[in-house]
Amino acid sequence: MPFVTADSQQSQYDVIVVGSGAGGGQSAYTLCMDGAKVLMLEAGRNYSPTESSMFRTPDLAPLAGVGTPDKPSGFFDATVDGGWNVPGEPYVRETEEDAGRFEWWRARMLGGRTNHWGRISLRNGPYDFKPRRRDGLGFDWPIDYADVAPYYDKVELLVGVYGTNEGLENTPNSSPGCLLPPPKPIVSDYLVRERGKRLGIPAIPGHRAVLTRALDYKRSPARLHPGNAKAQKILAEDMRSRTPCLWATPCGYGCAVRANYQSTTVHLPPALKTGNLDITTDAMVYEVTLGKDGRADGVNFIDRTTGKQRHASARVVILAASACETVRILLNSRSPQFPGGLANSSGKLGRYLMDTVGSTVGGQIPLLESLPPLNEDAAGGHQLYVPWWLYQEQLAGKLGFARGYHIEFGGGKRMPGYGTAAGIEWLTGGSYGATFKQDVRRYYGSFVWFDGRGEMIPNEQSYCEIDSKVKDKWGIPVLRFHWQWSEHERKQAAHMQRTFTDLIEAMGGKTRKPAETDGAKAIEPGGSIIHEVGGAIMGADPRSSVVNSWGQTWDVPNLFVADGAVFASNADKNPTLTIMALAWRASDHILERMKRKEL
Amino acid sequence: MSLDRRTTLKWVLAASAAWPLIRSGAARANPAPAPAGVDPNGYGSDPDLSKNYRPGEPWPLTLTAEQRRLSGIVSDLIIPADDRSPSASAMGVVDFIDEWVSAPYPDFQRDRGIVLGGFEWLDEEAQRRFGKAFTSLDATGQHAICDDICDESRAARALQEPARFFARYRDLTAGGFYSSPVGRKDLGYIGNVPLASFDGAPPALLEKLGLAWSRHRRG
Repeated sequence: MPFVTADSQQSQYDVIVVGSGAGGGQSAYTLCMDGAKVLMLEAGRNYSPTESSMFRTPDLAPLAGVGTPDKPSGFFDATVDGGWNVPGEPYVRETEEDAGRFEWWRARMLGGRTNHWGRISLRNGPYDFKPRRRDGLGFDWPIDYADVAPYYDKVELLVGVYGTNEGLENTPNSSPGCLLPPPKPIVSDYLVRERGKRLGIPAIPGHRAVLTRALDYKRSPARLHPGNAKAQKILAEDMRSRTPCLWATPCGYGCAVRANYQSTTVHLPPALKTGNLDITTDAMVYEVTLGKDGRADGVNFIDRTTGKQRHASARVVILAASACETVRILLNSRSPQFPGGLANSSGKLGRYLMDTVGSTVGGQIPLLESLPPLNEDAAGGHQLYVPWWLYQEQLAGKLGFARGYHIEFGGGKRMPGYGTAAGIEWLTGGSYGATFKQDVRRYYGSFVWFDGRGEMIPNEQSYCEIDSKVKDKWGIPVLRFHWQWSEHERKQAAHMQRTFTDLIEAMGGKTRKPAETDGAKAIEPGGSIIHEVGGAIMGADPRSSVVNSWGQTWDVPNLFVADGAVFASNADKNPTLTIMALAWRASDHILERMKRKEL
Repeated sequence: MSLDRRTTLKWVLAASAAWPLIRSGAARANPAPAPAGVDPNGYGSDPDLSKNYRPGEPWPLTLTAEQRRLSGIVSDLIIPADDRSPSASAMGVVDFIDEWVSAPYPDFQRDRGIVLGGFEWLDEEAQRRFGKAFTSLDATGQHAICDDICDESRAARALQEPARFFARYRDLTAGGFYSSPVGRKDLGYIGNVPLASFDGAPPALLEKLGLAWSRHRRG
């Protein structure tokens, strides 16, 4: 049972999983390893990480590989048929103004956006599940850190995450043996760490889903699948077949040696090996169908290879199509019984979309000029990062905004490319000729950048709905996005600007422009950071949330959501690790209920 | 999802005027129709990544022979040969720039206007000041003109637009040059090779920079 077409699917499955990224991949993995028969439907084409452009250089690509509307993250980025625009699949924005604009990144490929993500894998902490309890804003989750912690451990053991346990506030430690050793810092990292310390800003080893050494295939399988000999054997073999990092080439190209996490490198190979997983690609799900008993009996999808409408059946349906696409499927699943869309009795479907607050400052550091040749490729970046460090000041009301951010930063002698010598007149005084060549040599490797990644508080003005007119090329109604930042996010972005400029100055460096003090200008548009979550948030009350603590929709007992749509808050921590942990937890619950014949 | 997808572009950001180009709203909007003479098709959203692309393959080159000649001369004024590496034109930068300004995407079409407008201005200025085409000037004449427009912040108000052209053209020349094997060698880049282990910053260098590596618990 591996890759099947719409014609060769079984007539009935235990579970249909819609989407093949972090949530879908994890759900299929957990279910199949425990014996459930699963059909995975992926809207995009089949994809193998062996297609990766590892070691390819910019001179081999058109336009030195820079981003274009066809490949917005660069020619060699792994994303297929995706980016800010998906051909034939438009969406509508309420406004094009920066302040209210929402950008929607999608991919149409097996593994979805996990083929391209940054691999930054941070745990939500205890505060992050109960933010309202702490400061009275937003929503509390119906679960707390202790509910999810065992699943963070499991995901880290399975996918391989490097990092260290530092015991910092709201920055949880992993259980012993879960984390791989972090990569060694590069020169600019040491400088950030030393000068950051003077400002009270702690730089600690980052957490990313990259194998800095081989996984523990002897012990981890038993820890992950106790009492399940078949699963242990499959996983042990699969773990042995993954190669540790080669310390070269950007992870975003995809990893042919499977050293980093993509659904296609980690979740799908062992799930397929169980024999319990069927995957149909080019299957664009547009609707969940209901039986007479009010339970989901399957989904309708477009077979993109033929353009025909098809149906697949299962006892349980899990949506993990990415937060907004999942919302779209539910909103489009209208019936006389559910005229406002399925699982929308609360009226909250599509509501409380959140992204991450993003703002960036770069600078030039004289101390790093004219260094000898260095290989600073490391594991692809993020050797160190700065977790939010002002929890107490914030709680005491000293900052003027309610939630924190972490800092991702980098520098070094990265592979020269189109931008290496671009726009440096502010340093060179406009040199050209022999002097310019000397200047480029001098400044190469002396730049650093700081990216703030902060928490957005859910609000009533940020949501999506079905547009009344526009349809995609398959005739499926599309989403219309509304977006608004609050003063909390704008002030946070201005704080990022000040902090990063201070850091650069503390490193003896300078920035091209003064720090942006206007938060509205400092903040990147909604969706830009590609951490969109919410839209089908989980809660304890069916009147104010779409799903319960298991991702089970309040309205349809055998319909689950296993992607970022269920997030009730969007901590500064990058969402992917939490999506996987919650998906594993939900699938364990589904397996239990199926065994008890409740599903 | 933050670091890697941006890394290739992001590290430039500190310095780069190219950043707004790459991340601009225009890059995200649906492409506008390409002007006449430019192939309307890009390479698509699922191109063959394993192929080695030469300028002229994804879409036809469009500069005239005279424009290419001027392009090479200006590129070499920006990146001449020296004892470490060849000149921009010897490395093939003219083909790179021709591919760039012939690309069907909106930002590249904007650059086409800037570059062709700049070429015209250079010739007009050369005629006005020396009575001949820019390509016929000696090095002194060419430098006399370029010196006036090489820095936007110092250029005369009337020369702001030519200065913007020169800045853009310098970025394009350097972009083609330093993204090539020749450019990587010039800058001493030694990465993009598989390693058995990664050692991080050399202790001796950290010591020289006063970064006291041994004090740190980890690393």
